[in-house]
Amino acid sequence: MKHTARHTGGRRRLRFSKLYSFGCGKAPLDDDHSQIGGPGFSRVVYCNEPDGYEASIRNYAGNYVRSTKYTPASFLPKALFEQFRRVANFYFLVTGILAFTPLAPYTAVSAILPLTVVIGATIIKEGIEDWHRKQQDIEVNNRKVKVHRGGGVFEYTQWRNLRVGDIVKVEKDEFFPADLVLLSSSFDDSICYVETMNLDGETNLKLKQALEVTSFLHEDSIFMDFKALVKCEDPNANLYSFVGSMEFQEQQFPLSPQQLLLRDSKLRNTDFIYGAVIFTGPDTKVIQNSTDPPSKRSKIERKMDKIIYFLFGVLFTIALIGSIYFGITTADDLKNGIMKRWYLRPDNSKVFYDPKKAPEAALYHFLTAVMLYSYLIPISLYVSIEIVKVVQSVFINRDIHMYYEEADQPAHARTSNLTEELGQVDTILSDKTGTLTCNSMEFIKCSVAGTAYGQSVTEVEKAMARRKGSPLAYGTVNGQDHVNDSTDTKPLIKGFNFKDERIVKGNWVNEPHADVIQKFLRLLAICHTAIPEVDEDTGTVSYEAESPDEAAFVIAASELGFEFYKRTQTSVSLYELDPVSGRKVERLYKLLNVLEFNSSRKRMSVIVRDEDGKLFLLCKGADSVMFERLSENGREFEDQTRKHVDEYADAGLRTLILAYRELDEEEYKNFNKNFTKAKNSVSADREELIDEVADDIEKNLILLGATAVEDKLQNGVPECIDKLAQAGIKIWVLTGDKMETAINIGFACRLLRQGMKQIIIHLDSPEIGILEKEGEKGAIAKASKESVHRQISEGKDQLTASRGSSQGFALIIDGKSLVYALEDDMKTLFLELAVACASVICCRSSPKQKALVTRLVKDGTGKTTLAIGDGANDVGMLQEADIGVGISGVEGMQAVMSSDIAIAQFRFLERLLLVHGHWCYRRISSMICYFFYKNVTFGATVFLYEAHASFSGQPAYNDWYLALYNILFTSLPVVALGVFDQDVSAGLCHKFPLLYQQGVKNSLFSWRRILGWMFNGLCSAVIIFFFCTKALDPQAFNSDGKVAGYQIVGATMYTCVVCVVNCQMALAISYFTLIQHIVIWGGISLWFLFLFLYGLMSPNLSTTAYKVLVECLAPAPAFWLNVLFVVLAALIPYFSYSAIQMRFFPMYHEKIRVNNEGLLDDPEHGNTVRQGSIGLTTVRSRARIEERNNTMEASFRTYSE
Amino acid sequence: MDEDGGSSSAVGIEAQSIPPRQSNTLYLFTQQSLPACKPVLTPAWVITIYFLIGAICIPVGLLSLDASRSVVEITDRYDTDCIPPPFKSNKVAYIKDSSISKNCSRFLKVPKHMKAPIYIYYQLDNYYQNHRRYVKSRSDKQLLHGLKYNSTSSCKPEEYNNGLPIVPCGLIAWSLFNDTYSFSRGTAALKVNRKDISWKSDRDHKFGKQVYPFNFQNGSLIGGGSLDPNVPLSDQEDLIVWMRTAALPSFRKLYGRIEEDLDADDVVVVDVSNNYNTYSFGGKKKLVLSTSSWLGGKNDFLGMAYLSVGSSSILLSLIFLLLHVKNPRPYGDTNYSSWNWKGVSS
Repeated sequence: MKHTARHTGGRRRLRFSKLYSFGCGKAPLDDDHSQIGGPGFSRVVYCNEPDGYEASIRNYAGNYVRSTKYTPASFLPKALFEQFRRVANFYFLVTGILAFTPLAPYTAVSAILPLTVVIGATIIKEGIEDWHRKQQDIEVNNRKVKVHRGGGVFEYTQWRNLRVGDIVKVEKDEFFPADLVLLSSSFDDSICYVETMNLDGETNLKLKQALEVTSFLHEDSIFMDFKALVKCEDPNANLYSFVGSMEFQEQQFPLSPQQLLLRDSKLRNTDFIYGAVIFTGPDTKVIQNSTDPPSKRSKIERKMDKIIYFLFGVLFTIALIGSIYFGITTADDLKNGIMKRWYLRPDNSKVFYDPKKAPEAALYHFLTAVMLYSYLIPISLYVSIEIVKVVQSVFINRDIHMYYEEADQPAHARTSNLTEELGQVDTILSDKTGTLTCNSMEFIKCSVAGTAYGQSVTEVEKAMARRKGSPLAYGTVNGQDHVNDSTDTKPLIKGFNFKDERIVKGNWVNEPHADVIQKFLRLLAICHTAIPEVDEDTGTVSYEAESPDEAAFVIAASELGFEFYKRTQTSVSLYELDPVSGRKVERLYKLLNVLEFNSSRKRMSVIVRDEDGKLFLLCKGADSVMFERLSENGREFEDQTRKHVDEYADAGLRTLILAYRELDEEEYKNFNKNFTKAKNSVSADREELIDEVADDIEKNLILLGATAVEDKLQNGVPECIDKLAQAGIKIWVLTGDKMETAINIGFACRLLRQGMKQIIIHLDSPEIGILEKEGEKGAIAKASKESVHRQISEGKDQLTASRGSSQGFALIIDGKSLVYALEDDMKTLFLELAVACASVICCRSSPKQKALVTRLVKDGTGKTTLAIGDGANDVGMLQEADIGVGISGVEGMQAVMSSDIAIAQFRFLERLLLVHGHWCYRRISSMICYFFYKNVTFGATVFLYEAHASFSGQPAYNDWYLALYNILFTSLPVVALGVFDQDVSAGLCHKFPLLYQQGVKNSLFSWRRILGWMFNGLCSAVIIFFFCTKALDPQAFNSDGKVAGYQIVGATMYTCVVCVVNCQMALAISYFTLIQHIVIWGGISLWFLFLFLYGLMSPNLSTTAYKVLVECLAPAPAFWLNVLFVVLAALIPYFSYSAIQMRFFPMYHEKIRVNNEGLLDDPEHGNTVRQGSIGLTTVRSRARIEERNNTMEASFRTYSE
Repeated sequence: MDEDGGSSSAVGIEAQSIPPRQSNTLYLFTQQSLPACKPVLTPAWVITIYFLIGAICIPVGLLSLDASRSVVEITDRYDTDCIPPPFKSNKVAYIKDSSISKNCSRFLKVPKHMKAPIYIYYQLDNYYQNHRRYVKSRSDKQLLHGLKYNSTSSCKPEEYNNGLPIVPCGLIAWSLFNDTYSFSRGTAALKVNRKDISWKSDRDHKFGKQVYPFNFQNGSLIGGGSLDPNVPLSDQEDLIVWMRTAALPSFRKLYGRIEEDLDADDVVVVDVSNNYNTYSFGGKKKLVLSTSSWLGGKNDFLGMAYLSVGSSSILLSLIFLLLHVKNPRPYGDTNYSSWNWKGVSS
């Protein structure tokens, strides 16, 4: 292993268990391999002869990879297709096409133009996004790799030129360009280390090994005559399986995933490898695997679709009514050869108006009407919403208040289409470690040989002390009282906050059980998978560990005299304090096996041989699995240790039990045989086999003690949770911790409060314990299930009994019970209980349970759920929830990669939800309502006019007025509303968290409100139409005696519509920036400017608008008075509605606004608002507010009614 | 806790603070704290706005009403009265029978002094000049360029007659109104000025100066009035007025002007040539004599509407004022907590 030893710098991570897994060579040609050549296993690769005849007839794909959605050729058709899949857009396309027929009430271009603008904008956006992907593709495809050019010469070539069968040489820290079969590496045993971060997000290195027969290929030149034939499975997406065989030197060798190097993973810690290209480009596993992430759509958008369908319903209904009327009048025009409306020449008519074919004419008219009323559907709605959401996510990304300076991390909205959903979150499901806490572990206490050491005070202890009312925390540890220094000095060493005179500086040798302490510390120094890195200049050692816990242990051991400094693949070297000599000695432990940690085993062990040749099994693990594995004579300190572990858990610490065992040679040999066999088995239950073998040896342990590490709460977590709870958001914590730890963390972060009644559901009852001992699985399950059911029912009874009292309830359930609670027949009951509780904590829950709970809440309550987490174990939960928020913390990027929004700290959630969420929700819902308002207004005037033109399909307006309404005169104010509007300022959002309930209750986007806006639009339209026509017709329009014809009435009505719609906007928004002024008044001015310029064009172009402004409208006082009047009259209904609502039924945000006009600094006033609005909230927020008010000692009236 | 967390002790404080170091516009934009005014509908504002609306509307309404009342208008429906009694039962046959004289005399009594110019209108009711088939049946290019422009398919079915194009083509021109009026007061004929009754832009830019009627009303089926083939279209003001289609099925069109004052109790005799067929579709024909004001013709609607909106605004303003004075309840007071939650949720 000289190569490994050679590495000194850089990151190195060794997974020894994996290393040992192929100690005994290769698997035999088993069943899987017999399929080769059959269907699904047809691939044949002639290694090193990519130009050969055999290769050419197979014609496998090249190595060019395309991640873009479109190619230049397919861009337009495909993007258009995507657009027209939306029902509204498709409808506009159909009307656009129909506009070219004589059926059209307007010219084709005026129908096509808005559609083109809207679709064009969306397509340009698509194009830009795709262009960025294209750039990435170009970069990837042009990467260089060394490839064999024949004659033993390797040359650089671009990735895209690789072909199946090529031999490539990949060097250290390079990515693999395609899926390769590993032939040999720079190591003698032809192993190599691979980092698969891009594939599965795991940062640890994986080990691969080539077949022994090819491992001699160490030199470029040997490849001159290398020939091999690989037969293997067809391309597929399974990353962890590979079946194939290699024919080399006229012998068959099986190939397994162990020989397969996947594209996009990286060669680490290995100087170079040689590999044969098996799968290229689109055939590679990673590309086969890449699917677009499921896109989440917000509830509002789904509702919006319904509104659009509703409007379609309205549209078709009125079109139908119009058609029937039209059919009747048309048929009436010609009866027995007598013409009624002779001026229409019904006797000589095209089919569209033919009285003899009135039903057909009515049918055609229906199409015309459907085109004409298309203005009811806001064509630019989708594109406007997309624009607004992009800006909103920019706001989230750039918010200085969500920027984490220490790590230089701003918030990052990875998808922009969920912004308004942030304002509707009903339940937050949070991970604990790394989310509520920092995930930087500090070794703080330990219990060795039944004695507790460590005097530092944890935050939870401080919080508990606060609860009990003592200003300073007094702890009784080990029977002695000691005062804690409240001016806590920061630990000098990261991860180590241990203070105890009895242990530090080698003092432990004088303790009663010094030998146990020695073993304890040694175990800490050996039993782990961390890798030391020695700084060559200073000689200091730093550690790279898989988890912060491990690092904390190694650091603690090192600080206490057992410094781990070197690791090879077979040994661990320590500097130990020798208790006899009192000096530091160097010791080497031969590392024989590593029995890995996993979430089901909840423990890890190593088997080592010390310098005296003795064999030890060192084991550390969770108390739930460790105590039962102790031998009879190893339980000397059990009772004490248990007590300490419980105390630690109470103090919110993470505990591990340490134990060891000496093995004899025979036993070990036996174990090793079984273990290697299990490791090398290729069956599906390999993991189980390994676990079973490991289980066999990890027993009869001798207890050493327990460790306790603290995971500090993140800054501001308690305050944030408090605020979110006041906002009426339910918070569930799903953690892997022990129940006691979880409860105490719950208290520390104010999720649980002293006055709350806790409903605890667990399976630690004695009866079940007895059953477990007997070990009959069916009986256990049955009893457990009954027990859980009973506990849930009892909990519900308690809830019903105390209904009305201000006592809050908290539900705490452990993982075991959760298994049963989540079963189909019990989950509704469980959900009912959980929903009624103010706080829910699920402890000991597995990643899968987290996802299941999330799904249960999401589907069961139908409310919006938000999951927040930082680790790979939260991915399921994040994807399952309506919104996944990833914390970009220390546990890698996997949670972030699968999240919708990433933030750096939990406390930013408050601002994300209460401020951004509330604003975005409000903006989007107001915006959509307003969109419908403005289009209903416009569409209804078109309808009313048509009704007065005997439903002949004649629009009131010039074609271009129609075309530009949605895209020019009224589009920008709505977008500005979506971007800028704020009902209350960010500070007030924080101050009145209950405001958030507007989103949860969806009160701003209720059908009532939507239909209210549409009704308002209808009112405006009626006022505009009737007032305009009544005021203008039929008398003279100006002092010159001229009357108002079609063009004047049309232009006047249109002016009114534009003015009313824009002024309505001005009336409805509550945050008037300069930009709003520009777009609103600009929209109106733009209309007049347009009318002026358009009127100047030649009559051929301007038709009915020719000089209409300069000649007719502008000089006539009647026009101006009419517009002024109509605008006032059309706005008064809404204004009165607002005034009355404001006066008698103010909404919460309005109260806040009014109250903060002049009374901003009056705390009492703030209280009255706050109290006044909690009628229906959970008892919890009532209690919270009470508590808060008490602490504030502000005078207020209690609401005893 | 970060500075905007809103801690329990910071209730009265606006928690958001912007670091002063970068307060340029872009920064303010991204932080969503651009300077803005935040209007709130406080009682004071509500009262003021209602009052202002009233204060604007009432005077404007009074002015408009005054203008409308200053206009003297005589309206005379003659379509039924001008039919000789024998034809009362079959008006359509009467109007279609070209052998019967269509002349008819109407006597209009001037109720009030009418100041020149007195505008003469004809008013048609239930006449769908805004029917889509009708509106589209014209060729603006032909009107401007005459026979030089010959793709006039939009004019169907009045495009060709006897194989020759019609100028002006289309249903609108074909159905030209052809009742004529002549006026006299006592024995003296009143001079009617029939020039300058159309919009100037129409005459100058939409109807060709070199375009003469051709093959017009020449077929088997005669629609409305005919045109003098020797007068260019730009001078055929009747046609120009007619072709500027009306917005609604009940409309007036300018016929001419009487440029002398009429005194109260004058009797104006109108000789109507009742040619136009409104009987088939049950339309009405009216003759209107009207003066004009700065606001146009006689229509009380605008003034009344202004007045009613203005006065109801004042009323509302007073109601709100009364409410506010009587019960100056601060918003969000706990006394009304029964509806408070509804306030949040609705």
